[in-house]
Amino acid sequence: MKILVCITHVPDTTSRISFTDGNTKFDKSGVQFIIGPYDDYALARAVELKEQSGGSITVLNVGEAETEPTIRKALAIGADDAIRINAFPEDALFVAKQIASVAEGAEYDLILMGRESIDFNGGQVHSMVGELLGLPSVSPVMTLDIEGNTAKISREIEGGKEHIALSLPFIAGCQEPIAEWKIPNMRGIMSARTKPLEVREPTSDVSKTQVSDFELPPAKGDVKLIDPENIGELVNLLKNEAKVI
Amino acid sequence: MTALAFVETDEGFVRKSSLEAVSYAKETAGDVAAIVFGEAKDVELIGKAGASKVLHVTDERLAQPNIMAYSSVIAEAMNQEQATLLVLAKSSLGDPVSARVSIKVDAALVSNVSGLPSGDTVKRSIYTGKAFANTVLKAEKKIISIKKNAVIVKENGESPEIVEFSPAIADSDFTVKILKVEKQEGNVLLPEADVVVSGGRGLKGPENWGMIEDLAKVLGAATGCIKPVSDMDWRPHHEHVGQTGIKVSPSLYIAIGISGAIQHLAGINSSKYILAINKDPEAPLFKAADFGVVGDAFNVVPKLTDALKKVQN
Ligand SMILES: Cc1cc2nc3c(=O)[nH]c(=O)nc-3n(C[C@H](O)[C@H](O)[C@H](O)COP(=O)(O)OP(=O)(O)OC[C@H]3O[C@@H](n4cnc5c(N)ncnc54)[C@H](O)[C@@H]3O)c2cc1C
Repeated sequence: MKILVCITHVPDTTSRISFTDGNTKFDKSGVQFIIGPYDDYALARAVELKEQSGGSITVLNVGEAETEPTIRKALAIGADDAIRINAFPEDALFVAKQIASVAEGAEYDLILMGRESIDFNGGQVHSMVGELLGLPSVSPVMTLDIEGNTAKISREIEGGKEHIALSLPFIAGCQEPIAEWKIPNMRGIMSARTKPLEVREPTSDVSKTQVSDFELPPAKGDVKLIDPENIGELVNLLKNEAKVI
Repeated sequence: MTALAFVETDEGFVRKSSLEAVSYAKETAGDVAAIVFGEAKDVELIGKAGASKVLHVTDERLAQPNIMAYSSVIAEAMNQEQATLLVLAKSSLGDPVSARVSIKVDAALVSNVSGLPSGDTVKRSIYTGKAFANTVLKAEKKIISIKKNAVIVKENGESPEIVEFSPAIADSDFTVKILKVEKQEGNVLLPEADVVVSGGRGLKGPENWGMIEDLAKVLGAATGCIKPVSDMDWRPHHEHVGQTGIKVSPSLYIAIGISGAIQHLAGINSSKYILAINKDPEAPLFKAADFGVVGDAFNVVPKLTDALKKVQN
């Protein structure tokens, strides 16, 4: 099986977010970048599928040179080779177009990625790639099992899940508990250094959205503490101040 | 300008979040057609929220939410209505459908939008609620996917004209088979809820969730939890709130026995009000909360439930 795993290079979940240049640029100072947690699930499942039935895993990232350590980490976890599209990921459409153009003619059986990136949280790329390639896309995928040419998937919906069957190839946006995150071992880290990482230039420069500036949420006021022996006061606040009951 | 609003239903009733989408479309465009698939018992509400017309799709093959076919039908509806704007509520169906339609009709798409647009610019939530990006939609056609509470539903519209809509759909849109749907009936859905009651490890075990459910019941709230709680299978995964789970923006979020790890806070910080109940006064959640009770959940929660019951009677 030939699998393409698309990964994002995003700030660690514990990062404090701030901006510079008059709130037009993300402030990278002191921020640690990681493989997107959802992409990490996709990669982990790809590694398991390869262990089961052989094949190859290519990781793909749309990003500038600074993302290469993140790509190398994916190689250390178990991908065989990597492609970096040398461009700043302008928006979901821009990224989807690059992925579709890598996939066109390359005959991947599966294209896996996270359900959404944790920087822009769009959750759009997998479905856009599906539409561009004329293939089904499923997200968020909680379990993914493959037998021959058919996949069985459970997809999370509001208040439950949907069980789906479809034929390969397709695109899946993954989330837990599809697989356990994998930590690279020493051998993986060593071999990742020499695995092929091909850099390609973007094939399209189309984007349809543009960030004009960023904002941080207004600072929270102090918490109003209520004595546990005075629950009546809490009810009063919820009713008359928050007006939620 | 005409806008199309995609309306979802649950068990034949219109979702509240979809009514927000209709009102959002009305405030933005002036003229709104809504599209709804299958039975909508309370279709009047769609008119009240601002749609003058409802396109009713009755094709039996669409009784189940088939993403590719829904996308084709909605793109067709945009063309027929000459709609330059599509508004929908973020959901497990809305997300993939909006992305596919954006490619089909060549539209600019923005999701997680938290308020009405100003010109071609919308404010959307990014970094899992830790920040916002003012984003320009650079195409003639636009798709806006809104978060809960992005707009207040107006209820001053008229009775809508209901029109059957059944465009031809290609067989290639039916290659994905939905075998079975498992869904808890009767519960308030987490992304729809105006109030969410969530529990953490402070509750000690799944057997103690009764008090969470009791409190949720008096408030008409949905129940949620932290990641480890769903990881340990104390609660189903679709209740997991946070950076890697559901992001909620209710009017009130009640966090019980939850410390307030940054990944959890990320999923709740666009709530209007947060109430924390925790026995540890140093718990980080108190820094994010509007109201707090420092105390034992096993004592405080039943008392709160009782007090609320009294107020409501
Ligand atoms: C990449 C990544 C992603 C993550 N994503 C998420 C996510 O999406 N959502 C999420 O929730 N977590 C997420 N986490 C996990 C997160 O970091 C925390 O581990 C998690 O939120 C649980 O925190 P906790 O261990 O403090 O437990 P909590 O359950 O939050 O803490 C227990 C709290 O209960 C209180 N308590 C104990 N007994 C009582 C009592 N009787 N009465 C009242 N209070 C009591 C304690 O004082 C304590 O504060 C993620 C972690 C990582 C690394």
